[in-house]
Amino acid sequence: MADVTQLIHDYLRHNKKFPHVFCAGCGHGIVLGSLIRSVHALGLPKDDVVLVAGIGCSGRMAVYVDFNTVHTTHGRALTFATGIKMANPKLKVICVMGDGDAMSIGGNHLIHAARRNIGVTALILNNQIYGMTGGQCSSATPQGDISMTTPFGSLEKAFDIVEMCKAAGASYVARGTSFHAIQLDRLISSAIMHPGFSVVEVFSPCPTQYGRKNKFRNAVDMYKWLKANTVKVETLKEPDQKPADGRIPIGVFRDVEEPGLEERYFELQRKLMGQNR
Amino acid sequence: MAVQRKKRKRRELFALGNEAVAEGALLAGCSFYAGYPITPSTEIMEVMANRLPLIEDGVFIQMEDEIASMGAAIGASLAGRKAMTATSGPGFALMQEHIGYACMVEAPLVVVNVMRGGPSTGLPTSPAQADVQMARWGTHGDHPIIVLSASNVQECLEMTVTAFNFAEKYRTPVILLLDEVTAHTREKITVPDPDEVEILSRVEPTVPPEWFKPYADTARGVPAMAPIGSGYRTHVTGLTHDVMGYPTQRPDEVKDAMLRLFRKIDQYYGDIQMADEYMMDDAEVAVVAYGSVARSAHLAVEQARERGAKAGLLTLKTLFPFPRPAVEKLTHRCHTVVVPEMNMGQMSREVKRVNNGRTKVRTINRVDGQIITPSEILKAIL
Repeated sequence: MADVTQLIHDYLRHNKKFPHVFCAGCGHGIVLGSLIRSVHALGLPKDDVVLVAGIGCSGRMAVYVDFNTVHTTHGRALTFATGIKMANPKLKVICVMGDGDAMSIGGNHLIHAARRNIGVTALILNNQIYGMTGGQCSSATPQGDISMTTPFGSLEKAFDIVEMCKAAGASYVARGTSFHAIQLDRLISSAIMHPGFSVVEVFSPCPTQYGRKNKFRNAVDMYKWLKANTVKVETLKEPDQKPADGRIPIGVFRDVEEPGLEERYFELQRKLMGQNR
Repeated sequence: MAVQRKKRKRRELFALGNEAVAEGALLAGCSFYAGYPITPSTEIMEVMANRLPLIEDGVFIQMEDEIASMGAAIGASLAGRKAMTATSGPGFALMQEHIGYACMVEAPLVVVNVMRGGPSTGLPTSPAQADVQMARWGTHGDHPIIVLSASNVQECLEMTVTAFNFAEKYRTPVILLLDEVTAHTREKITVPDPDEVEILSRVEPTVPPEWFKPYADTARGVPAMAPIGSGYRTHVTGLTHDVMGYPTQRPDEVKDAMLRLFRKIDQYYGDIQMADEYMMDDAEVAVVAYGSVARSAHLAVEQARERGAKAGLLTLKTLFPFPRPAVEKLTHRCHTVVVPEMNMGQMSREVKRVNNGRTKVRTINRVDGQIITPSEILKAIL
């Protein structure tokens, strides 16, 4: 406990920025805690870490944490992160986005960041809803679920973020949940140290805007659901297939060493400048 | 000891307006270009793609769209780079949200918009000047902005340098508006020796990080800027923020932040508002023009003088903040002001506002994708 208190003092901004906006039972604080533990465990200096966030509940994370923080526009966090990483490749750039942010309005940037394999870590906090604007359906809301804009049930299929990032070429793709916090620490740590584009999708419950409209009596029920309905991907006989029982696989789905765009670019530049001399 | 006279290294080029923009950007110290191809601005991007990888730390990146281009350029600017992007009407429309973001977080940045016929896809290979008011008011929310223009290829180079200098000096996005004719005219230009050109860079903080207030008011109204990764761990946000950079809704803090944004530009109007006078000393009819139209106007004024009419030309190099003093002066002296432009009257609206009914304002408007000829302007002068 004393360790946690120490981390709070070391990594959260204590001038003026609290209380935070997260509701009781929200999974985002657990992800923030996991991120801080990961950065701490990796021994990264705070000056070298850039947290780029989009818009939404997850976007507010950037205000609280004592890194270099950039709170950008809705859906475009990855474009800023790309600029920062290319401008200063020494920085560890971590992008925090929600599901609406990364998959709906910013879907184009996500697939292109994956295709380029830019050395940025994308944390996608999937609460399956637009939380901050009051609970509207996102592209990650499961089909049939109720939201403020799908009062009779959503007719559209939800994106599978992991499958899409794999298909788009991301070299590290993982999925965790706010319930599996210990595993999440591992996933985020290896994502941060991964050289190319790394994606960690985190199922992070939103009791206020999603749960109460979709037959979850309280926040605890949502975490129990996560526990019961997820399965470690390494325990699956066929990891490439979706489990027949509908459980959500969690763990690392892809981890291949490929140089990031910035590495390839500056390598080319060194070669070109060598020729010119 | 003999005084060694340094030999100036000027270069002469036969260049397109777009190529001159790229030359100007490199001269000004631009080391980051993010863009998306669009006619008629693409040559800027192509030159940067060839040149930036050959410069120490120079970064070129082609993004997936114009929104992403602006995002990457702002990110690079926050990380300490002199960054730019270039586009044309449809792409410029996509960039508007991020132009507002750059205004709000005070990120120095240059955006070149080579104007083509619109609205929508319009006339991709024909000139227009119809994005003038979009450059001023395109992003949502009240904001000051600097909009520059160039009317020939040499000016393309010079105004790009000026655009970077203004961006760095005032910590603001600067928009350089060209039209397709200026961008695609090929002329001889002189690229000056880097030592001959005044290059400005943003002021970085000197206080220890714990004392640093990233959005504090200063005498100039422009706060020092700490690049990401320099040890000053700041928060950058598009939300209205206090002097520490954190979001605020307190009316007193919001008001101070907004008024400073305006003041940092307002109090330097004298520095920013640029206009060239030609034969204006005794002019009775003044032509107010910008971009390639100013060149037609130049010839028209000369022809009018040959015919005994006392005509003069005011070429606007700064479009916004509108060069009110220069225009106001001639509305007092001349009996007619002619405003030719390739739109339905976007700058003549500003001229009329400044004129306040004093003198006659005659407009020439063309929106058929053709340039305004000297004879059209001559007819309006006589």
